[in-house]
Amino acid sequence: MESVNPILEFNKTCVSYTKQTMAVKYVSAAIDRNTITAIMGPSGCGKSTLLRAVNLMHNLYPNIRVDGEILLNGENILSMEPIDVRRRVGMVFQRPAPFPTMSIYDNVLSGYALNGIKLSKTEKDATVERCLKSVALWDEVKDVLNKKGTFLSGGQQQRLCIARALAMKPDVLLMDEPTSALDPIATAHIEELMQELQKEVTILIVTHNMGQAMRISSKSMFMYLGELVEYGDTATMFSNPTDERTKAYLTGKMG
Amino acid sequence: MTTSKTKNRLVKDKAMLWVVCLFAALTAVPLFAILGEVLFRGYDQLSWSFFTEPTPTAYKAMKAIEAGEPIPGGIANGIIGTMIMLGMAVVVAVPTGILCGAFLAENPKNRFAQIVSYLTDLLQGTPSVIIGIVTYIWVVVPMKGYSAIAGSVALFIMMLPLIIRSTEETLKILPQSLKEAGLALGGNRARVMLKVQLPAAFGGIFTGVLLAISRVIGETAPLMFTALGCSFIRFAIDKPISAVPLLIWEFFNDPNLQELIWGASLFLLLFVLTLNLTAKYLAKKWNQ
Repeated sequence: MESVNPILEFNKTCVSYTKQTMAVKYVSAAIDRNTITAIMGPSGCGKSTLLRAVNLMHNLYPNIRVDGEILLNGENILSMEPIDVRRRVGMVFQRPAPFPTMSIYDNVLSGYALNGIKLSKTEKDATVERCLKSVALWDEVKDVLNKKGTFLSGGQQQRLCIARALAMKPDVLLMDEPTSALDPIATAHIEELMQELQKEVTILIVTHNMGQAMRISSKSMFMYLGELVEYGDTATMFSNPTDERTKAYLTGKMG
Repeated sequence: MTTSKTKNRLVKDKAMLWVVCLFAALTAVPLFAILGEVLFRGYDQLSWSFFTEPTPTAYKAMKAIEAGEPIPGGIANGIIGTMIMLGMAVVVAVPTGILCGAFLAENPKNRFAQIVSYLTDLLQGTPSVIIGIVTYIWVVVPMKGYSAIAGSVALFIMMLPLIIRSTEETLKILPQSLKEAGLALGGNRARVMLKVQLPAAFGGIFTGVLLAISRVIGETAPLMFTALGCSFIRFAIDKPISAVPLLIWEFFNDPNLQELIWGASLFLLLFVLTLNLTAKYLAKKWNQ
């Protein structure tokens, strides 16, 4: 699938945990700017592994190897410094993980603190307000900014984590099953939010929920046993999948 | 319907429960016996002057005994000495121990970390009298004299493995997602450790420090080789200094001062008890 000026490009990307087992096998795909792309597939198919390769999370574990290329604006991530990549590629995890010792205010600004960037008080206030507004959390927490983030509900915590990632103004936002630990109402909030956010950031989301992929994404990837089986427009894939395995998964015969 | 077989099993179960309870109670006996004994004998001696005045001379004590009066003076020299040495040991041991523990927790597969971890275990098991005599060779001999510094070095060495272990264990049980979230925001490992992991582990580390203090506060042997003792209140760190456990030993050796043993012991016991309870309370509060 060709794409004009993609923001992110996988080029024969492979991830292996040991010499024998490859968790992600020769994935090639281009991700369009300011879109939401869903990565689907049964458990253990390598979708989270592929996602975590994009912000070099695998570098933490010396036995994991990533091969091939992952291009961010044409530049190969795999040969860049992890701290530089992660500043441009934000991540939201499955379980909301606000920093437990920090207030809501400090959680939003934690990216700056962790990068050693000093901001003035006005810049701080402006950033906190902008980010909390963009995740629709501002009205709920503006009076309790000095309370710990862990007092919020699960859905609010997850929105706080998204705000924290957005504060660094990333090019790409990786979301690893961001709603699987949330109730349906909180999930709906986050989905609505993502639709808004794609104006400013490209979102790559791993999801188990096919309904979610259909609702929010413009393109979808279907992965199976580490391979990228099918990649294309979400609507087309759901109505008329080309591969037998995709069809089996979407109709509930697999996974 | 209850058959005789089931009944039999229920009876056995009950009997077992009683046996377990009995042994649990038995282990508590020495504990309460010690506490009771020290409290009973030391209670009368606790007064304001006991904490503010230094040890009396044997002569003064003898006079008081002959006159049928309570022994004058107290253990202020020991309390101050203990606090000075403990303070110096804590100031050095806490940062050193935390950094070392952080290193061990972050690099469990590193060969050097494994060696350090093994040595930490070894240090924890080293008899305190050996730490005392080694500190004597390292500090007292080159400084040409006993001192509070030497005493605090011995206490520092004894505290170190406890702080290292508690830091390492606490960091290891933090969810991995916390560290990953920090790194995903572009922080380097040092910053993520300082701003995210260590603050989150604060409760466990603080508890570990309190337990390390209560572990060394009653140490006598290493201080005999290093701090020596001193019968008046002193704040100089390069001179011999007293400590509460040293005083207990001195009182025991002087027939005229033996009465004071119990007040000093009670003070030490209550101090350790308070530290332990505080540590327990904080650990519980932190886990909520």
